Amino acid sequence: MINIVYRLKSPKFFEEAIDETELDGVVVRPTYLSICQADQRYYQGSRPAEVLEAKLPMALVHEGIGEVVHDSSGELESGDNVVMIPNTPTQDDICRANYSYKSKFRGSGFDGFTSDLIKLESDRVVKIPDDFNPYVSSFIELITVAYQGISKFSEIAVTPKDVLGVWGDGNLGFITALLLKVKCPDSRIIVFGKHLENLNLFSFADEICQIHNVPENLVIDHAFECVGSSASQSAVDQIIDLINPQGIISLFGVSEYPVPINTRMILEKGLTVQGNSRSEREDFVGVVETLKQNPQLFEYLEKLVTNICEINTLNDLKEAFDKDYISHFGKTILKWNK
Amino acid sequence: MIFAAILAGGIGSRMGGTDTPKQFLTLGNKPVIIHTIEKFVINEKIDKTIVLIPKNFINHTVNLIKEYIGENGDIIVIEGGETRNDTIMNSISYIEENFGIDDESIILTHDSVRPFVTHRIIEDNISAARKYGACDTVIPATDTIVESVNGRTVESIPVRDYYYQGQTPQSFNIKKLFNLINSLTEEESNILTDACKIFTLKDEDVYLVDGEVTNIKITYPYDLKLANTILEDGHD
Repeated sequence: MINIVYRLKSPKFFEEAIDETELDGVVVRPTYLSICQADQRYYQGSRPAEVLEAKLPMALVHEGIGEVVHDSSGELESGDNVVMIPNTPTQDDICRANYSYKSKFRGSGFDGFTSDLIKLESDRVVKIPDDFNPYVSSFIELITVAYQGISKFSEIAVTPKDVLGVWGDGNLGFITALLLKVKCPDSRIIVFGKHLENLNLFSFADEICQIHNVPENLVIDHAFECVGSSASQSAVDQIIDLINPQGIISLFGVSEYPVPINTRMILEKGLTVQGNSRSEREDFVGVVETLKQNPQLFEYLEKLVTNICEINTLNDLKEAFDKDYISHFGKTILKWNK
Repeated sequence: MIFAAILAGGIGSRMGGTDTPKQFLTLGNKPVIIHTIEKFVINEKIDKTIVLIPKNFINHTVNLIKEYIGENGDIIVIEGGETRNDTIMNSISYIEENFGIDDESIILTHDSVRPFVTHRIIEDNISAARKYGACDTVIPATDTIVESVNGRTVESIPVRDYYYQGQTPQSFNIKKLFNLINSLTEEESNILTDACKIFTLKDEDVYLVDGEVTNIKITYPYDLKLANTILEDGHD
């Protein structure tokens, strides 16, 4: 089947491309997509030149939902709403597929979701109920990243989980803190951030704390770093200062630059630093189930919906990226009509 | 019911340099017509896809469908007509005889040589035909349109903003189309080269559906070469 794919050719320049795909697997029509920081870094050209050279042209966007058009296995029906899994394993591996070098990732190693149709293997979609809020559902992928990090943390933490600290008052910090409230209901969740106007949105958290105004004697058992970029350094420093011995530091923030870490104190406190990136099918199934059982989460997550952009032309797509770039908080949702 | 009619009635006299009608030439690794049919067959809203083909190519088309798409009871291959409207009428007659035509039935008529039609365009055609009874897929004209009746001098240069280039699908409420075609005088029939024109001639509204610049028609050898080049580029 011939498919029209809308690719980023060079920073800030999209173009139509024609692709040919086989009709096996599931064919999905994208409906609602969401822009991630990683897409924005390609769009703005802020990735290193050699990375841009190697990866472009490529369709961006790896967060999104769509409607099933055709399923060769017959398991899904036409019109079913599904969330699409961007991680795509090519072979079995001894590690989890979202960390495997044998996996490809949409909008990074190959085309993302900005196309007329998307062909996926049948295990790369998870059905979602029709009554799920489509704007929130469009960034389920981002929620799964937090979900898999929290699941992993729950498996390895040996010390009490009385006080959990989340660093970062952006989208991922919001989602991680919210999921912790559901998955660790007996823990006290403290959110650490820089911007009071953002922190005020974390009304579900037990406490909010500005990073330059931390009360004396405050300690935490485990930490979740959702800051990223060069600010990761001061966040990790502060975490190492406040965390109890044998705590887990879960890192989520992406940085283009190497971040120096105070290893001496990591040794002294016997800390574990756990990296987190991407997610796999079980995380998508887990998030969809969590949202089904906790419908009140939609109300909180809707606060992250900052921009809703209808995409009818490539120029609309460009404007949506520009709008997203100047937004300090929240997600830009693309209602995909192209 | 929703029907698609893939119009491949013509023999592609403009293609030149080859005896094979243009809809059977290879694009990527399949014949053009197979790419086109696939777009309609995967859309489960479409109940039947009727392929209208010159008589001596019917068996060939059936074999190609079997080879590339497999046995599929929803694809029907029948003979096309002399003109485009004859071909459309053949599809309507077939529908009437085999399925009956109710007030809700619609038909999407599409050029077999437009394999780049998108799912979005097809969906928009279904919605517009259901809602309004007739629609045409168009893109805004980019070149200035010049009118010349004698072919030597410019008669007028219309305002470009009001002009669009017609693509396909063109989609209709079948009953409405059937009644309109039957109401045409012989004189009217002779000047009608376009199904939407029947509606406008009878003062019926035809709604616009946004096409795509990529939804090109493979008419000349250059088009096929271009299409294959774009496709190869996509594979890099």
